[in-house]
Amino acid sequence: MKILVVDDEHDVKLLFEQRFRKEIRSGETQFAFAFSGMEALSYLNGNDNGAILILSDINMPGMSGLELLERIKQKYSKPPPFVMMITAYGDDENFKAAKNLGADDFLTKPLDFKLLKDKLKILKDV
Amino acid sequence: MKRELKHAREIEKAFTELKATQVQLIHSEKMASFGELTAGIAHEIQNPLNFVNNFSEVSYELIEEMNDDIHTGKFEEAKAIAEDLRQNLKKITLHGKRAEAIVKGMLQHSRTSTGAREAVDINKLAEEYLRLAYHGLRAKDKSFNATMKTEFDGHIGKVELVPQDMGRVILNLITNAFYAVNEKKKSFLNPVSPGRPEGGTVMNEKKYEPTVSVSTKKEKDRISISVKDNGNGIPKKVLNKIFQPFFTTKPSGEGTGLGLSLSYDILKAHGGTLEVQTQEGKGTTFIINIPK
Repeated sequence: MKILVVDDEHDVKLLFEQRFRKEIRSGETQFAFAFSGMEALSYLNGNDNGAILILSDINMPGMSGLELLERIKQKYSKPPPFVMMITAYGDDENFKAAKNLGADDFLTKPLDFKLLKDKLKILKDV
Repeated sequence: MKRELKHAREIEKAFTELKATQVQLIHSEKMASFGELTAGIAHEIQNPLNFVNNFSEVSYELIEEMNDDIHTGKFEEAKAIAEDLRQNLKKITLHGKRAEAIVKGMLQHSRTSTGAREAVDINKLAEEYLRLAYHGLRAKDKSFNATMKTEFDGHIGKVELVPQDMGRVILNLITNAFYAVNEKKKSFLNPVSPGRPEGGTVMNEKKYEPTVSVSTKKEKDRISISVKDNGNGIPKKVLNKIFQPFFTTKPSGEGTGLGLSLSYDILKAHGGTLEVQTQEGKGTTFIINIPK
């Protein structure tokens, strides 16, 4: 399973690589990282990237996570990748907006990695 | 004689009252910009704190794993984990310091200016206020978004100035710039808005990218800090009023009208100047010049 993580904080990469080190070592999960909405789009436009899950922050300078979500859902109609949005705690406004734009699932900040792993397990079994 | 004396006393009393009101007004302007910052600060602190928590939690797990490796004689793997741990501790320190700097900046901003000059890293000061202003606005208006560009002159070094005061000037200019681009963006969305340029369509709205750029430059005898926006610009008929106290184009209750006037005074006290270049419909650039 390949996951594209989109966040403007660069250390998110190191954190994910450590939090998922067992899964990465066993080849069970692969990660790609993009540090802006634009980077995420150009990654997705690349050939055979194979990312089936996109995990995106909303609050990013430049292209916001919502705009990225909108573009992904418009462009990839068959079958669009599963997009999980990361919202700030208590941010109902963005939660609703993302839901309307077709977000498949949500996580709140600060990220609960155990919860994320549980969600991934369910996704894999489907 | 008596009447004249009475008159003089009344004038003196009025003057004292005026002075007190002025102090009060400066305080309200400061608190207004402080309010702008609080939400931004909360958001800005949350991110480094999450990293501190996460990197320490993951390090705890790594130590357990390292112990297992040592017990089973896998020393090479234990060594590799030790290297990861070192990296994590570095990250914890880094993000802890980041949070510390934000709190320090906040305290500095709210503290009464001592008026004392210090050697200040201008680039750092500008960057800090750019982020805080951005997140402050985002917290108030979730739909707000803008591209931030920075172009910092690495040779600028430290400059002797009053950090709280100069911070306030930079914050004022950046907040104004964000306000300007946001107004322009909103004018595309709302057709009845007076700020809507001719021919503004949904297509144009898609193309309009609200952008605020902050740049610093070292010149021969001075340093300059520019804050540039691609908003609607300042109309000619109000351009000569913008540095006047209480002049504001914001709806009543939203602006004190003291931001630019105070900024102007602060720069004057530094022996510097505040310049403005604007083009209606295209945007505005404010340039701070400080002698070296």
